[in-house]
Amino acid sequence: MDSRKLTTRVWSSLSSGLLCSAPLFVLLGLGFFGPLALVILYSVQPRGSFSPFGTPTLENYRDIIEQAFYLSFGWSLLLAIISTTILLIICYPLALALKRYSGAMADILTLLVVAPLFVAENIRLQGWVLFFDKGGFLDGGLNHLFGFGPGSLVNNVPSIVFGMVYVYLPFMLFPILLGLSNVPADVREAALDLGANKWRIFRDIEIPLAMPGILIGSLLCFVISLGAFSEAKFLGKGVIVTIAQDIESAFTFGQNWPRGSALAVLLIILAGTAVFFAMRKIDLNKVLGTR
Amino acid sequence: MSDSVLFRRLAKSYMAFILTLMYVPMLIVALASISKSRFFVFPVRRYDMKWYENTFSSLQIQDGFLTSLTVAFCVAVISVTLAVFGALAYARYDWRGKSLFQQLLLVPVFFPQSVLGLALQLWFNSFGVVMSWEATVFAQLVWIAPIVTLIISIQAFGYDGSVEEAASDLGASRWQVFRDITIPLLSPGIFSGFMFAVLLSWGNFPLAYFTSGADVTIPEWLYGKMIGGYTPMVPAVGFLSVLAGALALAIGFSLKAFSGHKDNK
Repeated sequence: MDSRKLTTRVWSSLSSGLLCSAPLFVLLGLGFFGPLALVILYSVQPRGSFSPFGTPTLENYRDIIEQAFYLSFGWSLLLAIISTTILLIICYPLALALKRYSGAMADILTLLVVAPLFVAENIRLQGWVLFFDKGGFLDGGLNHLFGFGPGSLVNNVPSIVFGMVYVYLPFMLFPILLGLSNVPADVREAALDLGANKWRIFRDIEIPLAMPGILIGSLLCFVISLGAFSEAKFLGKGVIVTIAQDIESAFTFGQNWPRGSALAVLLIILAGTAVFFAMRKIDLNKVLGTR
Repeated sequence: MSDSVLFRRLAKSYMAFILTLMYVPMLIVALASISKSRFFVFPVRRYDMKWYENTFSSLQIQDGFLTSLTVAFCVAVISVTLAVFGALAYARYDWRGKSLFQQLLLVPVFFPQSVLGLALQLWFNSFGVVMSWEATVFAQLVWIAPIVTLIISIQAFGYDGSVEEAASDLGASRWQVFRDITIPLLSPGIFSGFMFAVLLSWGNFPLAYFTSGADVTIPEWLYGKMIGGYTPMVPAVGFLSVLAGALALAIGFSLKAFSGHKDNK
């Protein structure tokens, strides 16, 4: 083969990749990594400082430890773990059920699952508040029919978990669906023919092949629920405080940017650790490339 | 296959149950918006459209819809443009930085949005950028452009690159290949990406909340009212926003069906 032609071709495809990705690299640099660096810089500034260039100090981190912020960290972590687990249990069978459909029906069902994502979270949570609140749809309806109702079912931790599970369901479902499409039907059949029972097929074939999708879904749900605050605000009505609420109030009411930044850095480290470990097990070309 | 009828029925009813559950809040919101009383009580005693009248006559809400629409449109156009090229780099070409690019692109998607919003607020503040809907467009791009890139990439993984090579061997210029081969082949992905971008932006709250300054999008308006005191205009505006989203989906899909029909002739 003509080696010069080969090198020019390699060179041109190499530069095409770089060229095509350049605008997104710029966007991420200016809109993500830059701001993130600034947050890190602010987190080591003295309390209440409004400039990122003071003498670095670790006092914000010390404050966080001394002032029991670990409570809201604990709540966020707990809520994230619980809702991710529940979502896994709900979405795996749901994905299996959805996978049976193909063609137009599959498109319609997919659309039905995605569409709620496009409605602002606030509106959907407001709908659930009106559903569960005292005198709302559930309580009022039962009262009307049977003369007694459960009263208010909001303002508690389970209602917050419910809200999170509801809001993040599509984020778990779609990666699992994508993962399950990596399980070819003939492999299942071959295993059946060779005498494997359903449980063995599930454990030895389905789960390992669908694992990348399951991991991505769990990771996505875990990370976004770590940053959740609307659910706690509207369904929980302040019964607990999540870490995202703490960060927000440090920036707004507290006017203490360094503290807010330090809290954000800790949250990012928590989320980042999870992403880092899970990402090492996932081959993206494989997940997105096979349909 | 080997599954029993009972199992299949169970799967079907489970799916129907979850799908119905997904839409319960929208239905309740619709119901609350047409009930006359100041506070929602079920069963609704008297229905009334006055909350919609108030909504339509409110200049603030009209402004909100306009702002949301403008932001969604700008975000969609810009992110699709970036994502078409991004998807080629993501799926089509082999190049040295590819796996780094693939991983970095995912980070904003796997990131708590409230924190991203605050970080961007801090960032804009430091550079003296005035918070406005333009800043919100930028903030939402950081989150939405990667998602759109992933969506178009799925399409780009699926198509046969040799078609492009054949075209350039036959003497097509780079631009011709791009316009006549690449774009048409990617168009289903571009369509889904555009829809996703419009609708994700339309429903987005945290990024807008921290970056829009004096401009107020519909999700922000709703948030303000939900914090400051419930009025039935909250479900009214909420339901209108749901309808607008549904309308956008319907228009999008009928356009797609129409163009597909034309192509087949």
